[in-house]
Amino acid sequence: MSNKEKMIATLDGNEAAAYIAYRVNEVCAIYPITPSSTMAELADEWAAKGIKNIWGNIPDVIEMQSEGGAAGTVHGALQTGSLTTTFTASQGLMLMLPNMYKIAGELTAAVFHVAARSLAAQGLSIFGDHQDVMAARSTGFAMLGSASIQEAHDFALIAQAASLRSRIPFIHFFDGFRTSHEVNKLELIPDDQIRQMIPDELVFAHRNRSLSPDNPFIRGTAQNPDVYFQGRETVNPFYTATPGIVEDVMKSFAKMTGRKYDLFEYTGAPDAERIIILMGSGAETVEETAKLLNSRGEKTGVITVRLFRPFSLAHLLKALPETVKSIAVLDRTKEPGASGEPLYQDILTSLVEGMQEGLLKKMPKLIGGRYGLSSKEFTPAMVKAVFDELKKDNPKNHFTIGINDDVSFTSLEYDPAFTLDESEWRQGLFFGLGADGTVGANKNSIKIIGENTPLYAQGYFVYDSKKSGARTVSHLRFGPKPIRAPYLISKADFVACHQFNFLYKVEMLEFAKQGGTFLLNSAYDKNEVWDKLPAAAQKFIIDKKLKFFVIDATTVARDTGMSGRINTIMQTCFFALSGVLPREEAIAEIKKTIEKTYYKKGKAVIEQNFQAVDATLDHLYEVTVPATVTGKFVSLTDVVAAEAPDFVKNITAKMMVGHGDELPVSMMPIDGTYPSGTTQWEKRNISDLVPVWDPEVCIQCGNCAYVCPHSVIRAKFYHEDNLKKAPEEFPSAPINSRGFPETRYTLQVYVEDCTGCNLCVEVCPATNPGDRSRKAINMDEKEPILEKEKANIKHFENITWNDRSMIDFSTVHGAQFLEPLFEFSGACAGCGETPYLKLLSQLYGDRLLVANATGCSSIYGGNLPTTPWAVNKEGKGPAWSNSLFEDNAEFGLGMRISTDKHTAVARELLTELATQTGQPLADSILNATQLLESEVIDQRKRVAELKQKLSTIDGDRARQLLSVSDNLVNRSVWLVGGDGWAYDIGYGGLDHVLASGRNINVLVLDTEVYSNTGGQASKSTPTAATAKFAAAGKSIGKKDLAMQAISYGNVYVARVAFGANPQQTLLAMREAEAHDGPSLILAYSHCIAHGYDLRDGLDQQQKAVHSGYWPLIRYNPTLRKKKQNPFILDSARPTIGLKDYAYNELRYKVLTRTHPEQAEKLMKLAQEMVNLRWKNYEELATLPASDFVPVA
Amino acid sequence: MDLRTTYMGLELSSPIVVSASTLSQETHNIVEMEESGAGAVVLFSLFEEQIRAEAARYSSVRNTTSNIFAEASGFFPELDNYATGTEEYLEKIWAAKAEVEIPIIASLNGITSEGWIEYSRQIEQAGADALEINIFFIPGDVHVSSSEVEHRYLNIITEVRNTVKIPVAVKLNPYFSSTGNMALRMQKAGADGLVLFNRFYQPDFDIHELKILSNLQYSGSNEIRLPLLWIAMLYGRVPVSLAATTGVETATEVIKYILAGADVAMTASALYKNGIGYLKTMKNDLDQWMKDMGFGSIKDFKGILSQQNISDPTAFERANYIKVLQSKR
Repeated sequence: MSNKEKMIATLDGNEAAAYIAYRVNEVCAIYPITPSSTMAELADEWAAKGIKNIWGNIPDVIEMQSEGGAAGTVHGALQTGSLTTTFTASQGLMLMLPNMYKIAGELTAAVFHVAARSLAAQGLSIFGDHQDVMAARSTGFAMLGSASIQEAHDFALIAQAASLRSRIPFIHFFDGFRTSHEVNKLELIPDDQIRQMIPDELVFAHRNRSLSPDNPFIRGTAQNPDVYFQGRETVNPFYTATPGIVEDVMKSFAKMTGRKYDLFEYTGAPDAERIIILMGSGAETVEETAKLLNSRGEKTGVITVRLFRPFSLAHLLKALPETVKSIAVLDRTKEPGASGEPLYQDILTSLVEGMQEGLLKKMPKLIGGRYGLSSKEFTPAMVKAVFDELKKDNPKNHFTIGINDDVSFTSLEYDPAFTLDESEWRQGLFFGLGADGTVGANKNSIKIIGENTPLYAQGYFVYDSKKSGARTVSHLRFGPKPIRAPYLISKADFVACHQFNFLYKVEMLEFAKQGGTFLLNSAYDKNEVWDKLPAAAQKFIIDKKLKFFVIDATTVARDTGMSGRINTIMQTCFFALSGVLPREEAIAEIKKTIEKTYYKKGKAVIEQNFQAVDATLDHLYEVTVPATVTGKFVSLTDVVAAEAPDFVKNITAKMMVGHGDELPVSMMPIDGTYPSGTTQWEKRNISDLVPVWDPEVCIQCGNCAYVCPHSVIRAKFYHEDNLKKAPEEFPSAPINSRGFPETRYTLQVYVEDCTGCNLCVEVCPATNPGDRSRKAINMDEKEPILEKEKANIKHFENITWNDRSMIDFSTVHGAQFLEPLFEFSGACAGCGETPYLKLLSQLYGDRLLVANATGCSSIYGGNLPTTPWAVNKEGKGPAWSNSLFEDNAEFGLGMRISTDKHTAVARELLTELATQTGQPLADSILNATQLLESEVIDQRKRVAELKQKLSTIDGDRARQLLSVSDNLVNRSVWLVGGDGWAYDIGYGGLDHVLASGRNINVLVLDTEVYSNTGGQASKSTPTAATAKFAAAGKSIGKKDLAMQAISYGNVYVARVAFGANPQQTLLAMREAEAHDGPSLILAYSHCIAHGYDLRDGLDQQQKAVHSGYWPLIRYNPTLRKKKQNPFILDSARPTIGLKDYAYNELRYKVLTRTHPEQAEKLMKLAQEMVNLRWKNYEELATLPASDFVPVA
Repeated sequence: MDLRTTYMGLELSSPIVVSASTLSQETHNIVEMEESGAGAVVLFSLFEEQIRAEAARYSSVRNTTSNIFAEASGFFPELDNYATGTEEYLEKIWAAKAEVEIPIIASLNGITSEGWIEYSRQIEQAGADALEINIFFIPGDVHVSSSEVEHRYLNIITEVRNTVKIPVAVKLNPYFSSTGNMALRMQKAGADGLVLFNRFYQPDFDIHELKILSNLQYSGSNEIRLPLLWIAMLYGRVPVSLAATTGVETATEVIKYILAGADVAMTASALYKNGIGYLKTMKNDLDQWMKDMGFGSIKDFKGILSQQNISDPTAFERANYIKVLQSKR
């Protein structure tokens, strides 16, 4: 069959699996979690587009509030007869476990598709391994593992068919990222074949077992000791039958498609002596390695485990060559304290049972090992090391491969230089920026080649962990045969550097093959570029005899009207140079794709793209490579300042430059504890334009420092003597407050940490009278001022931060002088969340405890290598932790309770020991009010004195007091998270915590979608906006969390928007902290998920408030106590329509294009909601105190 | 009274036409315009740059938010059918045609040759009865000669004419060296109608804030003299339909324009000020005036004060200018 007849596609694993899952189900209950989110998103998108399942109806796709909720919905839908599925991973699967026992216990056919991922232990990881699915192995679900994109597609169907036949529910899993996100060429199963695999009788049987009032029965009883046990044993025959059923289904599948699979699939030498047993994507690597080793005369093989549960001894033994002498079982999971990992244990049990029952003649030597946790690379070199280990008389058991374990000495050594024969492949590595479209263009290239030529193509994309200025590396392979290489490229025929400065940050040419091609996007032409390269790059080019090409893609893009879009230009160069296709053919294919992509946008757009392609070829030059190195030697590993702490120099710095894989176990913190404030050592220099302060024009309002999302702009006032040793160009101005003679003011920009978002310029109210186009702060080129500013920053750092007791915290102007203890995070440029966190850290940082729900804020707040929560000069700062997504409110409450407990203990002990510590000191500590900053400072001094005294007092009680005495200084406990947490998954807990009456503060960074996982709708998503899972526009109103909390009466509640009213935000944060009870702040957070240039973020915040969409309120129970109206409406009556706010954002606008009538209807509805809420709020603001809930 | 008139071959029940404005963005307003007696409605303008800007914005937002970090492949769906403005506009034409009987004249404000051709074609297909092309071009470059500017206008008209079969009106500005000759050349290039005049964006200054003010001001009845002059000058000299579009606040201006030779008079500012229902008042006042003056139909008084119909054509020319100046002494 030709490609077209065969339905060839290039998809990633998620889409390959979801393609089937969608077609063979009637209901999908979903919830986003990396790396499975794409499956759910696609199901939702397909349903919105009206794509039908194999029975001709559109599956009902519903997003739930959590995976627990999704599993419950799946259970209910299954029990009432619908074919139902879900997609999940990691902690999501953990939340589904309780229902999974039920679903399996009730013998209910269903398939859960899992992109297998690590579990959060010492740290969270979004990457792939089998920890999640292994934790589900006791649920009673069958477990079928796919090892490739094709298998993810095929097994989704096999699992469904086998589940319906066996009545055993299935987990169909594949490796997160490595399979879920790898793009590869596959053959799709046509609908008629899918239909063939799912006979109607099985569907009817499933329905006939369902709950129905027309045929009533009860299922889900409570059982007693007399019968539960027996009832549990009834299912055994079903589990016994399942392996045979799966085998049958696989046979039918093979007959139909020609693709043959087994439960345990052996490949390798028929007389193999050493074999590896494993499951998941690593199997392909082992197979390919064994093939090479066998070609060199070795006798190796691999058993790929497809069906892990129910585990079939018979099938395993059938697959095992009789000649096998030693076996290594590889588990991609970790079970601390176990006698071995799950697969190893099962194989061991099976072999022993096989021996006992006489099915196995001789017991092979068996060892188990761990590999690939959290997507750690698993390469042919590692496979070879395992095979080599099996040659030994006493091979190491319970080994690890791929790391250097110098603590427990579990690791096997391997030779990274060992590779397979890669001569058939063309391999390309592309270093780009997240925002420059490199990944998108590469995905496109794979589609072009994979779907339009007989060649096979594979793509895998690696991102760093920052959200702004993130580096991407695309790994592309092309070849004449299916590409079975689920590991990164180490020897590339083609290396492309899309951002010139990366040459100074990454040793990318170490991955270039001898005689390969290097393409550089460079503003320097072919004659000047050589001298601009670092010495190391020059050396690689010379030594490896690389063909070196340059293109000024930025200029070509600009000149052809495609400004800022270098991706098409670079893609064209790749096609022209890589040799994957003959040049002419390649260019023709690109043009064909352009025509296909843009045909609806008209000829002009197509022509413009064509011109870009032609101009690219005209501006692509080969550089004549000189014979000698002339460049400057730059040490890439020497990236942090000399004064950095050892931990940062020895460990963090390695991660920063991409050498984290080399760190041995001994260098890792044992319990996930890392030093605070490490972003200060990572100078990322991601923006070429940075703010430059004009002291002459500045009115010292502090607005710029306030809104800066990355704490890049800081202000201090100081005695003019500080200028004596200042660098010559250190900018300074007399402070403009009265009563401060000889006092100067400096606004310092940390230029190397700036992301170039422009918010500071937008917010600046002062215009230069001499040049109306300039303000008191302006974006200028960084390069010319970099060295000067570095010196200025150094001097600025040496000026002491202003005495906190001297600063008026109550004004935005005053707040600029507080040291931020949240700095230089990896958040997006222009992030609307981080200014709140920075302010929080400025106000209470030195006594702050933060419980952070999983999401954007936990990623930019806690993702290695460097983290932004910092420490002041006294060594104090925010203590931060992330537990999970769903439990953050409870986690934070635990912090509060613990703190209160230790405060109480300390007070009791201090009362008891007062005579020893000195009664006046004890009294002053015990009776201290700590409402004002100055009072907190005084208490801190008293506690220091107490500690000093206690250290001289003998006795248990004194030692007890010493260990808890820090708690005598009030601690500020804040629960931080996004709307996904507060409105959805953590809502129950949040509600409970707000009702607890305890002194906790909740800051909800409300972006109105799940920002971290790609903008899925939450219950905060507003009416008329689109989001993933709400493609046709959200028709239900946003939950009014504020009013729900207000209904308790004793909860302080504020709705704030720092861009609209920074003063009100500041006031709310201070009132929340001062309130001795629960507080809830809902903070408007503009976000890239809203779809506009975030430099307009502050303007949009104002519009949100001015339209009445985001009314600023404060509800203060203290006022109610004083018999005053506690409900304060801080914003004025709406002056603009909702449309005037909403339609500046793509999330709203998009609906007017895709569903214009719906958009009109929903916008009208949304406006009515805004009007109604405003009316209600206005009424509330005028009621007497007695109309509100009284406070005890 | 018989208020019927013919504009570019279209039979209209009244010479009062609603000019391009945001009022026609809502279909129910168009219905009200018909009910209130509008002879035709010129739809709000389709601006090519808006379409392009929106397409660019959509693609820029998508590009900068897709594949940027591991957890989010993107924030916005890949929309095969992301309509970037034209579809919405075309649907408005379609909706208006379905709701009202009066002619619907689309208005196009293009930039590129491609845009003029493509969008005028789509507009015709969507069912518009006629097309008004609004060539908004300020020759700010002092190196561009007048003939280059004129060619630009004529080329656009030719391109559109070659693309569509429906009547095409050109909304032009008065700032040509030889406005009359230009009008003739426009007619020859294919214009069926001329709409006099386009009001260029004219900024003002705020002398306190030292800022440029770009607020839009409605035209007032004191501004009708320039178009009045040119309609009177062109009537009968250029074989083309004439529409007046500045300063129509009451029936008085409608009458004046028809006296000068206009087939129709267009207004939006009167409706902004007084509501769409004000069309009825204008129509009644026109009717009453005709009764009072003894005119039974529009054609009875159309152009009677134009250059060709008055005994003293100098009223429109230099001689009269001198007289007027001298009368001020």
